[in-house]
Amino acid sequence: MSPLVAYLVQFVLALLLAPLLPGIINRVKAKFAGRHGKPLLQLYFDIFKLLRKGEVISRSASFVLSLGPAVSLATALCALALLPLGGVTSPLAFQGDFLLAAYLLGLGRFAVILAALDTGSSFEGMGASREATFSALAEPVLFCCLLALACVGGALHLENHLSLSGMLGGRPGTEWLLGRSELLFVPVVLFVLLLVENCRIPVDDPNTHLELTMIHEVMILDHSGPNLAFILYGSALKLWFFAALPAGILIPDLSPWWAQALCWLATILLMAVLVGVVESVMARLRMYSVPRLLGGAGVLAALALILTQIR
Amino acid sequence: MSLFVLAIGLLGVAAVALLVLAGLPPSMRVTRLANVLGPGCVVAACGLGLAGVFSGPWELILQFSLTWGLPLGEFSLGLDPLTRLFLLPVFGLGAVCALSGGLSLRKTRPEEHNLAAHWFFYVLLVAGMAVVLAARDAVLFLIAWEVMSLAPFFLIDFDDSDRKVRDAAWIYLVAAHLGAVLLIAYFALLWQVGGSTDFAVLAAQEHSSYTSALFLLGLLGFGAKSGIAPMHVWMPEAYPAAPGHVAGLQSGAMINAGLYGILRGFDFLGQPVDAPLWWGWCILVLGLATALMGILKALAQSNLKRLLAYSSVENVGIMLVGIGAGVLGAASGHPWIATLGFAGMLFHMLNHSAFKGLLFLCAGEVQQATGTVAMNRLGGLQKRLPLVGGLFLLGAASIACLPPFNGFAGEFVLALSLLDGASLPTVELQLGLLLSLVILGLVSGLALAAYTKAYGITFLGDARSEAAQHPHVAGWRSLWPLLFPAAACVGGGLLAGRCFELVAPTAQIAAHLPPLAELSGARAVNEVGHILDIIAAVGGAVVLLTAILLLVRCRLLRRRPVECRETWGCGYQFGTPRIQYTEASYSEPLGRLFGSVMGLKITEKGGGGLFPGRASLTISAPDRVRTSLFTPLFEAVERLCNALKIVQHGKIYLYILYILVTLVALLIWGMHA
Amino acid sequence: MTGLLQLLLLVLTLNNLALLGVDRLRSLIRLITLQGVLLAGVLLALDHILLAPAVLIIKGGILPYLLNRTRRRIGAEPHLRPRFGYGWAVLAGMGGLLFSFWLEGRLPMPPGLFPPLLLPAALTTLFCGLVLVVGRVTALSQVMGYLVAENGIFLLGIPLMSAGAIWFELTLLLDIFVAVFVMGIAINHISDTFESIDVNRFHNLRD
Repeated sequence: MSPLVAYLVQFVLALLLAPLLPGIINRVKAKFAGRHGKPLLQLYFDIFKLLRKGEVISRSASFVLSLGPAVSLATALCALALLPLGGVTSPLAFQGDFLLAAYLLGLGRFAVILAALDTGSSFEGMGASREATFSALAEPVLFCCLLALACVGGALHLENHLSLSGMLGGRPGTEWLLGRSELLFVPVVLFVLLLVENCRIPVDDPNTHLELTMIHEVMILDHSGPNLAFILYGSALKLWFFAALPAGILIPDLSPWWAQALCWLATILLMAVLVGVVESVMARLRMYSVPRLLGGAGVLAALALILTQIR
Repeated sequence: MSLFVLAIGLLGVAAVALLVLAGLPPSMRVTRLANVLGPGCVVAACGLGLAGVFSGPWELILQFSLTWGLPLGEFSLGLDPLTRLFLLPVFGLGAVCALSGGLSLRKTRPEEHNLAAHWFFYVLLVAGMAVVLAARDAVLFLIAWEVMSLAPFFLIDFDDSDRKVRDAAWIYLVAAHLGAVLLIAYFALLWQVGGSTDFAVLAAQEHSSYTSALFLLGLLGFGAKSGIAPMHVWMPEAYPAAPGHVAGLQSGAMINAGLYGILRGFDFLGQPVDAPLWWGWCILVLGLATALMGILKALAQSNLKRLLAYSSVENVGIMLVGIGAGVLGAASGHPWIATLGFAGMLFHMLNHSAFKGLLFLCAGEVQQATGTVAMNRLGGLQKRLPLVGGLFLLGAASIACLPPFNGFAGEFVLALSLLDGASLPTVELQLGLLLSLVILGLVSGLALAAYTKAYGITFLGDARSEAAQHPHVAGWRSLWPLLFPAAACVGGGLLAGRCFELVAPTAQIAAHLPPLAELSGARAVNEVGHILDIIAAVGGAVVLLTAILLLVRCRLLRRRPVECRETWGCGYQFGTPRIQYTEASYSEPLGRLFGSVMGLKITEKGGGGLFPGRASLTISAPDRVRTSLFTPLFEAVERLCNALKIVQHGKIYLYILYILVTLVALLIWGMHA
Repeated sequence: MTGLLQLLLLVLTLNNLALLGVDRLRSLIRLITLQGVLLAGVLLALDHILLAPAVLIIKGGILPYLLNRTRRRIGAEPHLRPRFGYGWAVLAGMGGLLFSFWLEGRLPMPPGLFPPLLLPAALTTLFCGLVLVVGRVTALSQVMGYLVAENGIFLLGIPLMSAGAIWFELTLLLDIFVAVFVMGIAINHISDTFESIDVNRFHNLRD
């Protein structure tokens, strides 16, 4: 099978399976709490139901409100297409594509923040402000992690060490097995970033009933119908994107591509389980200690970068 | 070359004509005529100038000299790739801002403003900038620099009935002249060492022991014009006071002159290849500090134009990082890093001219429509001024470094240079460049926050005041000039590959780097062009997908109810626009983290006790550098000058005695020597 | 064995940065205990079989116990009082780390004397200890800062140690042990006398 077909298969798989991740998280949380929980496929049902509904739009809103969901979904799709899914090089890969992926997600965030501000609600303004703050702090941390991987790839004389496909293709990732223990910081930091960027506990509580304490969920209070469906699907894709990052480091370069792909899939699902466990055993942090969490992650990431570069 | 000289000549003639008009008694006819003649001549001259820039091969070096009567120097102009590239924003933005300004000033009454004088100084500013960039003689350069520095004083002082505007103009004047003093010292020292004021002679001279002093003098002098921290203090004062089209031209084109000076300085002081490493470190660290401080201060602002002004500081910082990476790369023997660094800086300079010009012009439109740019009085303008809002959104997305617009393309080239830092010889260089990239990531994240604030609070939500509720709507007829920078923002992103192919050779020639064909192990220019094409393609895909999704949504919503209701307010029925998040509350979480850098001053009054009375909370962000560095400095100078007042007592006979004593003393000293 | 050593040194570096980031006295003492254990581990990885248990007992057992006892006796505040923000302290630690790497490249050292990462890790420990001394207000946390700095010096000394120098090292350990012991008593007494162990107020005692 040609690499392109292998890639496309996994891309379609990612598109199909992404809404499963929130289902897994909820199911794990429910098990921890001794409940049965929602169906695994709840998000699929939600999305299809929302697509069949009409909309209620805020009177203050302009065209920006409906631009937000569309842009966020489009950018999530394109960012995902830059990842080497299952270790197979993306057909779009080029040197420095991680910057494009990061800033594409930034574009989606920009649109959602503006859509939130468009309603003129103070709750949504609050969410927008927090989202802007935390994502601004998360960006350098993500760069540190990816640069550490790029340095490893550079030391290994990889052709494409500056692209996501080189960093997460399996080769630099396996180095931690060979004694570069500082590389183990990277998946830890990326997991923290997953929690921050996808607004999970301990950073944000997606299930709380208080608008005052939320970040992402409060920004989309005024979205409904197809708009909300786009946003939900976009966030599921973003969750898949961030869950795939640690998989790219932890899974070594395996010879038949499907073996590596299966390992990736397993790791991504495992990440969802892990998020569920973290959500069950931790409380939400105070809003003002989130920067400390990110700062700690940043120190770890910087340490990984410095140590890989020193070697 | 002749087209370029013709353009300068046309500007000169226009200046004379406008000066004559300015001297006539004010009447409706004169004002109308000036408002047509001024922008018309500027646009014609800019057109000629652009034709001159693009006529002939890009790499061609042309020279035009005239002798003049002065004892020193000569009138010598030249065009080379560096000059050509820097001339693009001058002429492009000069024409756009003139058109936009002409359209917005067309209803001015003669007793309000002397438009002929205004356009006279505008023409001088454009001509001054063009001559500064093309001058090949130190004396001509300094004269043009002085013209370029003085003209904005009168342009900023447009609304001279307002005390704040007058103060701002003064601050600008002082800052500009402090910079100019340093530059006069710089060129005097160069002249002393090189024995000539001709740039070609100065460039050929041996490097002397003064080089480091010259470098610092040049960095400070040119940096004052570009707004490198801590010499940025004039920007946030001057831009908000100036009319939109003046601020746009200054921010988009004039501050580039400082960067041009720094780049041109390498001709005199030694090429980046021979430069000491600490020059590169100095520029890099200064750039990072300027960028970080600029964007944090921008976040703290509540005045839209001040926010844009601080954002200019940030962008200058990013460009400096490019120069720093270029010098470090060249000095440590990696010309490829140097090429990318300088090219990224030049690319970002062009991009910044496009989007900052657009944003300032939009802010000017907002000011005209509502009479204010204080964000806490605006809001909801997107529905009332859809054109201005849409253009501002485009500019905001570009400057926040988001693909597929030009801002991302420029910073991407810069980032490629920093990424390649991992192949530099020593650990501190490697980590320095890589960590710079990380800090730039933080800066662009903060820029996203700053521009969601600028656009979201100003244009979205509900109107926060009567003025924003009922703005004077300007139609296409006065807004069409803004389409040019907007097109540049989109085009610069989608055609980034072509732009890079223009910029990279310029960078190489300007920094005297070996041509890429001779470099081993370097990726070719067209490879980077190819990467930029992929980025443009992905960006296009995002736009396409968004359009498809919007279409899908429209199709799904056909024949389904779409209701317009109140915004969800937790069931509270009586929400007012005052309940909305304001610009201060939007940046509060970041203020908690970076408050000390942002210099937030929070004054809280009342509100305590069991029966709280009227309470108020004011958040302002005065510039700490100004209040705690420059103000005490100038106060000390003032005290010193006051102390000297004993000798200035107004008695003429004693003054004549001073002259006599001086004469005698000089005579004795002369005889003695 | 080198893999283990590298891992230990890595965790040690991380531990140092964590020391600067925590805001509770108890967590600080726990981290210092961990540091003692890590030091013992490093000794073990470098085949100092005899010294390792001694260090484990002294640095991982007795000293933390003493510190904890002092903390309880004087009823110290649970939170540390920083002179500057925790973020700045961690940044200073990172700066120290970068500086140590830079220094490692510059210092003329006989090749093979230091295993990789040992020298920077030791220097970072030293710097972090000093930052702790400078950056925290209460005397107890200052004592801990000295302790961390001493750990750094100890690490630096390990490769220079030949078999005969073990006794020298042991006496050094004993020295510190006694010093901390005395300090503990002193702090206790200061606390009894002045009802505060805030070193900012000590300068009032100058003549």
